[in-house]
Amino acid sequence: MAVLTRERSVVDRPPPVPRRSYPKWARRAPLLPALIFLIIVTQLPFVATLVISFMKWNSLDPTNRGFAGFDNYVNVFTDPDLRSSVVNTIVLTASVVLISLVLGLGLALLLDKKFRGRGFVRTMLIAPFLVVPVAAALIWKHVLYNPEYGLFNGVLNWLGFSAQPDWISSMPMSAVVLSLVWQWTPFMMLILLAGLQSKPVEPVEAATIDGASPFQIFRYLTFPHLRQYLELGALLGSIYIVQNFDAVFTITSGGLGTANLPYMIYQTFYQAHEYGEASAAGVIVVAGSIVIATFALRVVSSLFKEEAR
Amino acid sequence: MKHQWSGRGWGVLAWFAGIVFFAPVAWMFLTSLHSETDAATNPPSIAAPLTLDGYAEFFDGGAWPPLLNSFSASIGSTIIVLLLAIPAAYALSIKPVEKWTDVLFFFLSTKMMPVVAALLPIYLIAQFAGMLDNISFLTLLYCSMNLPIAVWLMRSFLSEVPREILEAASIDGAGLITILRRVVAPIAMPGIAATALICFIFSWNELLFARVLTGVVAGTAPVYLTGFVTSQGLFLAKVCAAAVVVSLPVLIAGFAAQDKLVQGLSLGAVK
Repeated sequence: MAVLTRERSVVDRPPPVPRRSYPKWARRAPLLPALIFLIIVTQLPFVATLVISFMKWNSLDPTNRGFAGFDNYVNVFTDPDLRSSVVNTIVLTASVVLISLVLGLGLALLLDKKFRGRGFVRTMLIAPFLVVPVAAALIWKHVLYNPEYGLFNGVLNWLGFSAQPDWISSMPMSAVVLSLVWQWTPFMMLILLAGLQSKPVEPVEAATIDGASPFQIFRYLTFPHLRQYLELGALLGSIYIVQNFDAVFTITSGGLGTANLPYMIYQTFYQAHEYGEASAAGVIVVAGSIVIATFALRVVSSLFKEEAR
Repeated sequence: MKHQWSGRGWGVLAWFAGIVFFAPVAWMFLTSLHSETDAATNPPSIAAPLTLDGYAEFFDGGAWPPLLNSFSASIGSTIIVLLLAIPAAYALSIKPVEKWTDVLFFFLSTKMMPVVAALLPIYLIAQFAGMLDNISFLTLLYCSMNLPIAVWLMRSFLSEVPREILEAASIDGAGLITILRRVVAPIAMPGIAATALICFIFSWNELLFARVLTGVVAGTAPVYLTGFVTSQGLFLAKVCAAAVVVSLPVLIAGFAAQDKLVQGLSLGAVK
């Protein structure tokens, strides 16, 4: 109210003197600390990585350090372990993102309906995402997957099945994927639910009156609206899961053919002390991420423009 | 009639899904309250007597230093991030600088680069500066990890401050400090709180940097957890107790920020 009356009184007064505008540097000043800090801490290490990737450098052999040209890159591309870690990264990321996106969509559609205890169900569904990732991986490995007294085999036993599989050794990649799907489905669900709830109601009502079936409404109204949220979920999920280290490190220790690129780089540098090769692999990861990030930035910026309108 | 039934069907399905997803969490809580022998039975013993032995063993086994390290790195980095991000967000929303969208997207792009690629040079810098196994160094890294998220979030919260109110206040002769304190702060406070909680969660969860850069002195709670399962004796109750304790701050922060969680995780892109 107060604001309104004041605004009206402005009309009676002579037009206000244009506000003293701050010089450009004063406007930029609040931005600079954050910007400079970020450039120093995040951009310089990448330059260093790029430089080291062209060097011959094993910390266990310090005298033999020098320029290596593209040797490290050749080694990375010809090393079967590193090549399989690239494949593993793609398989892991794609399957976790796709499965959790589909499950998240299903759950978001369910939570968009009215039913008793909806808030409580929503809280239960978010919980997996709020378990610390290492703790979640430990729980999955020891408390759920354990072949002797894990919950999964316990439930199988309970239901009268005699099979007691050793989950991690018989299907290592699926075991890692499943634990990550459990953690990331809530994330996808939250994004998609926000999308569903921002959907305009009138077109759906009009379509219902015109006799459209629920499937037609989903196909022609809900889905097109959700598309950008699906894209956003997929891209943010990819960015986070490409970098996953905790689950691979904890559940399989990179063994049984599950080592992904982050794990491989960690091992090359931390255990094998091959600084040059680890950096070359790092540069390759960055190049891959730039491809994903370009798409991600485009999606974010389209949402951004829509919001600005 | 048919409509009502289908409505109830969806509710049942949603409850079922909720219970399936929550079951591992519930089981973790329950097992943490069992004795080691009851935790390691097949079929599982649900109604076993409850005990706090798992928690006692976890805390007696040296859990306090890593927990305190995690708290100081997470809280310290969150405070620094807010101090850097709030002015930056102000310069990107309320009084935008030229080309502010470019700056904003630069912040975002740093978040999309995988941290593993920077791991080695950061390790070498820490080694060179004698900062290995030092919690302050880790705190600084967590700042850089969270700063882009915080800038984006704060920008999206600050841009919700209506322009008209700001203009009215300045026409009435309010100075910058008064406007910030009396107009911007009250509107932005929930957003600042949510941003702080989300930064706290990300720092608290971080494993890779902590694992590489810290050791016995500055090891954080996630690092402690990875070294926790050493013997192959009976340890399930203890692991569950440890997982519950370490996850508790995140669960609390997450549920406290529940309404803004999506906005935070999508860097403000989704309202």
